[in-house]
Amino acid sequence: MLTVKLGGSLAAKAGGKSEFEIEGRNVADVLRALGELCPELKPILDKGVSVSIDGTLHREALYQPLTPANEIFILPRMAGG
Amino acid sequence: MGAVHISTTINGDTVEYICRPDESLLDVLRDRLGMTGSKEGCGTGDCGACSVTIDGRLVCSCLVLGAEAGGHEIETIEGMADGDKLHPLQQSFLEHAALQCGICTPGFLIAARSLLERNPDPTETEVRYWLAGNLCRCTGYDKIVRAVMDTAKDMKKKGRRNAA
Amino acid sequence: MPLDTKPNVIPTTFKTVGTRPVRPDGVDKVTGRARFGADMQAPGMLVGRVLRSPHAHARIVKIDTSKAEALPGVKAVITSKDMPAQEGCDMDVLTNVMARDKALYDGHAVAAVAAVDAAVARKALKLIKVDYKVLPHVTDVDEAMKPDAPILHAHIEHEYQQDLLETAGHVKGKKERTLPKGKRPSNIAGRYEFGHGDIKKGFAEADVIVEHEFTTEATHQGYIEPHACLASVSSDGWAEMWVCTQGHFMVRDVCAKLLGLDVSRLRVTASEIGGGFGGKTTVFIEPVALALSRKAGKPVKIVMSREEVFRATGPTSSASMKVKIGAKRDGTFTAADAILKFQGGAFPGSPVEMGAMCAFACYDLRNVRIIGYDVVTNRPKQAAYRAPGAPMAAFAVEACVGELSEKLKMDAIDIRLKNAAKEGTVSSYGPTFGPVGLVETLQAAKAHKNYKVKLGPNQGRGVASGFWFNFGGQTCTTLNLNSDGTLGLAVGTPDIGGSRASMCLMAAEELGIAYDDVRTIVADTGSLGYNDISEGSRVTFSSGLATINAARDCKKKLCQRAAMIWGIPEEAVEWKDGHARPAGANAGNFEPLSIKELAAKASGTGGPIAGHFEVNADGAGPSFATHVVDVEVDPETGAMKVLRYLVVQDAGKAIHPDYVEGQFQGGAVQGIGWVLNEEYIYGADGRLQNPGFLDYRIPVCSDVPMIDTVIVEVPNPGHPYGVRGVGETSIVPPLAAVANAVSAAMGVRATTLPMSPPKVLAALENKMRKAAD
Repeated sequence: MLTVKLGGSLAAKAGGKSEFEIEGRNVADVLRALGELCPELKPILDKGVSVSIDGTLHREALYQPLTPANEIFILPRMAGG
Repeated sequence: MGAVHISTTINGDTVEYICRPDESLLDVLRDRLGMTGSKEGCGTGDCGACSVTIDGRLVCSCLVLGAEAGGHEIETIEGMADGDKLHPLQQSFLEHAALQCGICTPGFLIAARSLLERNPDPTETEVRYWLAGNLCRCTGYDKIVRAVMDTAKDMKKKGRRNAA
Repeated sequence: MPLDTKPNVIPTTFKTVGTRPVRPDGVDKVTGRARFGADMQAPGMLVGRVLRSPHAHARIVKIDTSKAEALPGVKAVITSKDMPAQEGCDMDVLTNVMARDKALYDGHAVAAVAAVDAAVARKALKLIKVDYKVLPHVTDVDEAMKPDAPILHAHIEHEYQQDLLETAGHVKGKKERTLPKGKRPSNIAGRYEFGHGDIKKGFAEADVIVEHEFTTEATHQGYIEPHACLASVSSDGWAEMWVCTQGHFMVRDVCAKLLGLDVSRLRVTASEIGGGFGGKTTVFIEPVALALSRKAGKPVKIVMSREEVFRATGPTSSASMKVKIGAKRDGTFTAADAILKFQGGAFPGSPVEMGAMCAFACYDLRNVRIIGYDVVTNRPKQAAYRAPGAPMAAFAVEACVGELSEKLKMDAIDIRLKNAAKEGTVSSYGPTFGPVGLVETLQAAKAHKNYKVKLGPNQGRGVASGFWFNFGGQTCTTLNLNSDGTLGLAVGTPDIGGSRASMCLMAAEELGIAYDDVRTIVADTGSLGYNDISEGSRVTFSSGLATINAARDCKKKLCQRAAMIWGIPEEAVEWKDGHARPAGANAGNFEPLSIKELAAKASGTGGPIAGHFEVNADGAGPSFATHVVDVEVDPETGAMKVLRYLVVQDAGKAIHPDYVEGQFQGGAVQGIGWVLNEEYIYGADGRLQNPGFLDYRIPVCSDVPMIDTVIVEVPNPGHPYGVRGVGETSIVPPLAAVANAVSAAMGVRATTLPMSPPKVLAALENKMRKAAD
């Protein structure tokens, strides 16, 4: 089981819940499961989010493999200037 | 008002053009003569990106009418290098990394050359105040000022009093 | 394509990387030969001009373009009717590019013309008749949050909680009013919360608590080059565009979507760009130029005026903030709380979330909460400005840290060292940090000679730290070996800060050849796979990583050719110092082959040699910085002089130190402008009062001193050479550092930006009056 945490607006759209236990092997599995658990969150997940895995930020790394040892954070999609 | 026929000298060459009375010299240079080295950053004389000299006087070409240029000597960035030999200021800007995006660079070079022609040994304060009419958003001015001051020092060493 | 799974061994010594050669595009830029957005011409080209709303908020009842269309020399006139909504397109972007049923800000585009010259185009604009029904407007973020504010978008709704009504001033000074429960139309587009722990408990543990409200005004990126593009659509639907942009692949994809074109039918070339800083990471005139060209059947060039740039591109947000930090007597922070309210112009999407995530990022906090509100107002739609959202948030937080250090009589750097985020710190926005360099920057700042200078009367010193995430992204590069042994490197990230030089350095380093033997170009969208925008401080990291890997691909192929020539297995050949050589005595006694020799033999050994790499780059590492600034205030005029400025920032590995220093210095001076002078000034009529460089005054040469820099290098394990992006972090600390310095000089806390002379004078007078009482 993967421990997945949500940040900011994403937790708000997940009914205020910010931590989930999810069965999956990669980021795509996690996003799919979250979308099913929290329908209000799904459109934001589809549009794109940033994922932090052990402190490293990923944008759209859907097949990045995940293990229960990873620290996984789903954050709003970010962009710079 | 009809178009005006102007004959002038640009970078040492005789140039003729026709322009409307309300066209700026900058518009003429860029759109009629294809000399796009001078840039329009604001059109109101605030940024200096369009700097040229007219009879040795530093001006914003966006504030000069194309129709006023007849019979004068205009120097633009295109004439600053001597063939493939860069002016010491141009070389210095490259070596000091005194440009990032480069849009303000032609204006700064024309303005800096104008300064060194008048004052071959400027202090840092004099350089900063002379160049206060040229806006740069990328560099924070640090390397530009160093480039100008080092050029002045070099030119003094080489005994070049005339920066032209 | 996944990255090599071998662990990344970062070299500790470099041959070419870290040197300071002249950039490859340099001569063109100092001679005026380089071509920027407005420098391109096309045969038969028309001039495009945009008609813009003079009202901050108005319903567009009717647009009559008939007289304009009839004017001789006018070849096309368009309105939103010519840009119908396409399936899946971003409606906010489309509506911002061309107003549909409402004009939402002073300067909002409502129509456009293409004519044979500028004079005819100007006349044609005057002949377009627009019937507006003027509506009440709102430009201030706090005003816009009130439940009774003029509403911009009927579909945006928010449920007001009691605490928000208080924050929004709804009940301030009045008898408490209650609103019916549930969502109602609002200008509040979103509420976001980050943090962890228990702030109530944390504040209870504090010996000292500092709390302030802050406001900052909107500023513009201020690039000297106005937006410009030249679009050409032919009758068979193929299109080309020349444009100054930070992302030509983005321009292609967004414009194709908005206009209903196939992406592959639009080829976009990025010109040299005269500054962007985030303001050119989206589209404004580009879809309009394409639509005009499509209708007129001729190329159309649109160049924005400076006034249009201010009124109708993407300034950053103005902000209203409240920050509270509690600390123990020994300086340890026990709790931190922030409420950030950002207005992002007429559409949702202010960078308040990123501001919220960055606000306390420099600190190791057990108890922290940040709430952000995204608010719409009748102002132009904001665009990114170098670390979007972070400078304002850092200003508020670092001002409170500064005050804590004064109250606790602790050195400003020591209090930050005590609480500094390090490797293993749980960040305030959630994830745990890997190796980061904040402590190193604080230590280097403390050791610097600037920190030891004794201050005189009316002088003050300010310190601030800052952070930016830095991003990776989609990147493709191709490295072609020419027959003479030189290399042509094609990247897809527009060069906004001198990156071509860094690419050449990295390719030369990897191949063991001279810097001058590599030439880098920014290729058009037809020549490479997708490249994300040059933003997020990603270019040296992403295109650099891709360049290094493309060079490794090239080396492999060069070794294969050598193996072929020598008749030995591939594995028996290695690349060293720019040559293929037998890997060990058993491989055979062959003279090493140089890259030039192999290039000459390429056609005989199988054909041209090239390396390439396509990736969605991950592993960008954050960059931390500490700034120290000394300011002198003139108590009679309120004028401020920056005496000394020091930037210490972690670059991971500085590929070309001159351009890393350049980023430090440029960001610092933009920050100085933001804190001392720059602001968007709106009149009671909702119109922008200062859309020009005279009254929107950015720093000039005489305003600033030399900017001292120190490059710290804590390598980023995610990049082959340890690179961290540096471009954005440099604008995060200056607002706070300068404001703290001014506060120290005045003896009064600066809480409103810009701290322009009238405000400084008012603060000083207020202080004297208070002292007299």
